[in-house]
Amino acid sequence: MAVRATRDTSSRLSWYPSPRWRRTLWQAVVYLIVVSGAAIAAFPFFWELTTAFKSPPEVSAWPPVWIPWPLHVENFSLVAGVVPLAQYLKNSVLVVGLVIVGTTVSCSMGAYAFARLRWPGRDLIFLVLLSALIIPGAVTTVPSFIVFQKIGWYNTLYPLIVPSFFGSAFNVFLLRQFFMTIPLEMDEAARIDGAGFPRIFLSIILPLSRPALATVAIFTFMGTWNDFFTPLVYLSDQQLFTLPLGLVFFQGSPHTAMQTQLLMAMSLLVVTPCIVVYFLAQRLFIQGIVITGVKG
Amino acid sequence: MAIPPGSTAPPLSSRSPATTAARAGLSLRQREAVAGYLFATPVILGFILFTLGPILLSIFFSLTSYDIISTPRWVGWQNYVTLLGDGLFWQSIAVTTKAAVVGLPLGLALSLGLAMLLNQKIRAVSLWRTIYFLPSVVSGAAVAVLWLWILNPVFGIVNSLLRQVGLQPPDWLNNDATALWTLVVVSLWGVGGSIVIYLAGLQGIPTELYDAAKVDGATAWRRFIHVTLPMLSPVIFFNMVLGLIWQFQWFTEPYVMTQGGRDNTTLTFMLYLYRNAFSYFQMGYASAMAWIFFAIVLALTLVLFRSGTMWVYYEGERRR
Repeated sequence: MAVRATRDTSSRLSWYPSPRWRRTLWQAVVYLIVVSGAAIAAFPFFWELTTAFKSPPEVSAWPPVWIPWPLHVENFSLVAGVVPLAQYLKNSVLVVGLVIVGTTVSCSMGAYAFARLRWPGRDLIFLVLLSALIIPGAVTTVPSFIVFQKIGWYNTLYPLIVPSFFGSAFNVFLLRQFFMTIPLEMDEAARIDGAGFPRIFLSIILPLSRPALATVAIFTFMGTWNDFFTPLVYLSDQQLFTLPLGLVFFQGSPHTAMQTQLLMAMSLLVVTPCIVVYFLAQRLFIQGIVITGVKG
Repeated sequence: MAIPPGSTAPPLSSRSPATTAARAGLSLRQREAVAGYLFATPVILGFILFTLGPILLSIFFSLTSYDIISTPRWVGWQNYVTLLGDGLFWQSIAVTTKAAVVGLPLGLALSLGLAMLLNQKIRAVSLWRTIYFLPSVVSGAAVAVLWLWILNPVFGIVNSLLRQVGLQPPDWLNNDATALWTLVVVSLWGVGGSIVIYLAGLQGIPTELYDAAKVDGATAWRRFIHVTLPMLSPVIFFNMVLGLIWQFQWFTEPYVMTQGGRDNTTLTFMLYLYRNAFSYFQMGYASAMAWIFFAIVLALTLVLFRSGTMWVYYEGERRR
């Protein structure tokens, strides 16, 4: 595309009147910047993908091997021979799965109470919840660690999972905003039909809020899957490591020095699910970013 | 977000209203309140257990000397006083400030510029947007490891290419002069998130404003200064506050890629806090650091908010 735009410019340079000429030139510049920027954005992914399938000589070859052939798929099993890769994957899937369930269930319940039900103290409590959002995570990290350590949860997966079942102010806020856009008449109609509050929540609010719930689930997935800090703080037993922690452990271990193709293979395993989820739910993702301002 | 058209409430069981109302002898209003408390219980409990409790504990610990094994010893303001004389603490503040002062404006210019380009009429625009956004969905350890390979001093593609054109590139991440800036540039790779926010902001600017400016003979540059920037200022403001908070929590890349640097040249604030808490087990000291972090971010955010009244334009705002 860029190439064509540029060629147009050069062939028409002298034939067209000035404004037209300037527009074409501008178009060419725009395409040039956009394409080279996209190349910079995409290249590291390409490099990771190809390096993950190279043999050791191909990794350090110059000129670089752009597309390795044959594909060295055995790199993945080689990684599994050095670190308990399957176990890392299992831990990551377990933690992420439970955290998504915990977050969506507890936050949607809370959001329902704050958006649709009237109870004494509701608005005050909501305000307190929200104002605590300005306290950075760094403040609660140390005392939470001490408490979890004292109740014997250090070096278990519990500190990674259990808090998610008790909601988070931010997601409650997000879902509450969405729930409030659902007309109240729907609740009232259901009440006249004899539905109780749990029933209204399950049969009306939740089905109508699928996009918002999906957005919360996707961001929870990304945040938890990529989380490095929490596992780093709480886990010391290799058998409990999640993928990102395992990757950094693998990267730092001395006998894997210069085994770049293995590192890239493992890194690819961490990155791929995020990219797949992004492609599957791009619209929700963009919407979520615009609403929440959360950067990836 | 709107409710999809044509959607109706799913069918409900036909329980008679009379029996439900009579149940438990509560009025409708009372039952609503009970339901409200029950539904909010997990969130309220979670707030007390995982936010309020830790906050109070953190205040307490910050006034003690505590190594997690022996009992906490009350030291009053000692931790805060020690911090003020701690060279590494000031080093971590300096590192974070340097990264923020350079990284935030660069990130702002880059993402706003790219958002404006992607807002033009260009072909396959959704493809370009997808590509630009891709890096920001894969943050963290995997990205850090990937960039370690790209920037590898001997076999990395960057240095190989630079040597090919006859330069003598440094070992970017192991060099006191370049390590921090390299980390800043690597973090710019993930600006996709703010591009999306700016794009949404740009698309919210009414085209009439541009048309009116054109009629008045405004050049593209003047249209940018007098229409785009003022209309976008709330979004810019929002991104700056977020970026500031993010900058102070910057941890994974410095930890994985430089471990703080040879002479602590990349010792970010969060990295030093982590070291104090989880390498030296100075829990009280680390708690005090966290509160200083909170005070700094709060002060800067307030300054931003205060200055915001001068340069942020909110539509529909009533002038005083």
